[in-house]
Amino acid sequence: MIVGEQKPLEEIWNSIKDHKKVLVFGCNTCVAVCQQGGNKEAEILASMLRMKATQEGVEIEIKDSGIERQCEHEFFEKTEEEVDWAEAVLSTACGIGVQFMAEKYPKPVYPGLNTTFLGAVEELGVYTERCQACGNCGVGNFGGICPIARCAKRILNGPCGGSTMGKCEISKDVDCAWQLIVDRLKLLDKLDTYEALKPIKDWSTDRAGGPRKLVREDVKDDS
Amino acid sequence: MTAKTPSKLEKVLAAGHYAVTSECGPPRGSDPSGIVEKAELIKNHVDAINITDNQTSVCRTCSLAVCIRLKTMGLEPVLQMVTRDRNRIALMSDILGAAHWDIHNILCLSGDHQSFGDCAKGQNVHDLDSMQLLQTVRMMCDEGKFLGGDEIKRPPQMFAGAAANPFADPFEIRVARLAKKIKAGAQFIQTQCIYNLDKFEEWMQGVRDRGLHEETAIMAGLTPMKSAGMARYMKNRVPGMDVPDEVVKRLADTPKDKQAEEGIKMCIESIERLKECEGIRGFHIMAIEWEEKVPGIVEAAGLYPRPEV
Repeated sequence: MIVGEQKPLEEIWNSIKDHKKVLVFGCNTCVAVCQQGGNKEAEILASMLRMKATQEGVEIEIKDSGIERQCEHEFFEKTEEEVDWAEAVLSTACGIGVQFMAEKYPKPVYPGLNTTFLGAVEELGVYTERCQACGNCGVGNFGGICPIARCAKRILNGPCGGSTMGKCEISKDVDCAWQLIVDRLKLLDKLDTYEALKPIKDWSTDRAGGPRKLVREDVKDDS
Repeated sequence: MTAKTPSKLEKVLAAGHYAVTSECGPPRGSDPSGIVEKAELIKNHVDAINITDNQTSVCRTCSLAVCIRLKTMGLEPVLQMVTRDRNRIALMSDILGAAHWDIHNILCLSGDHQSFGDCAKGQNVHDLDSMQLLQTVRMMCDEGKFLGGDEIKRPPQMFAGAAANPFADPFEIRVARLAKKIKAGAQFIQTQCIYNLDKFEEWMQGVRDRGLHEETAIMAGLTPMKSAGMARYMKNRVPGMDVPDEVVKRLADTPKDKQAEEGIKMCIESIERLKECEGIRGFHIMAIEWEEKVPGIVEAAGLYPRPEV
């Protein structure tokens, strides 16, 4: 899922304070799983901003609402009226939702979250990165662990010389992806595959190739 | 064994001598006088001088410019190149730039993470990794081709090397990792600084068991300790460094004003011991900002005079 983290209140306040009617708009799917940016969090954020407005002596009307996903047209239908009311929207979706809203409505849309990464729920309250959407998945060659997302140097023929006691050279809090890969290969009785040189990667399917687009002709609605 | 490139380092190794290299870090400014002085200090006692590439991710004059400087002084540089800062276009372009100046040695590295340096907020590139850079160098030299497949007019002639750190984890793949670097094209290896000789010898045993010491020239890396404080710092703060307690203790038990001398002595003892280790073909003496000590170490270790090749 897409993991997000709410921006500092001060930064949010500075983005909206000059508007008169602001809608705090939640997105209740990915980011809501890490209890950031969901419809409930949008409600809490709206009341914090109202308090902030009172403290600052600024006259501003703040409402909250939200939908299931801000990255699909159909979910917006039932909230058209609330969005129309607002002079500006504070979207607490990931960066995708923020941009999708901005494309739909001719009014300012500000991000309430920092989109942090594509990750997993390791345990309640702990989320960790797993994928960088490089567009050509090779985790099968690495025992099911992605060195692109999880090695600080995205080394395909690792580990580097900085791996110590299972940890990455950048921090004792970060696992060395290549230690994990070697451990996994051992578990799968495939350590012999370690010595195969991984070829130079074609990054054209990654961000390097420009903005990406996927078209499924078979499911496309041409009507 | 005969040398395949005009590299003096390769020729020394091919002739069966112990090779000796050292390294110098480029300045944090544009004044060449310091690096010229460092090179002058060591030039008669080493076969080649590594020029580091923004080591520890601190921005400095580029390795290539300093290698060219050494070349114009009639010296033999080893161009260190990390994959952290440049994509494949820039890497190949710099390799050609080095070949333009007839620089015949290259050491392919991934580089320390940028968070250690003075540009911690910067991007890292890692379009290739160190092994893929080795493959690229060998392709450019041996096949005379760019990665894209086009022909290179006057291909580079380079003796291609890599680093090996026998002390990093997981230890069990450290021999396999060397095999992989050899497969990628490493003609010589310069190891991480060796302080834990027992562990290094254990690694070398694994290397010899697979005959890898005959497929590449392994040069043992050594850095003399200046003080007990430096030993503690290397032990606790430098990633992938294995400094046994007895090394720290021996320095700490030495009076402060004699610790540097003791550090030099320990370095010479290590070289003497490593000469007995089958498969060691040379020594890479990295006297960090202490270049003036290199001649004395080389002489005391019986590695002087350097052979004419």
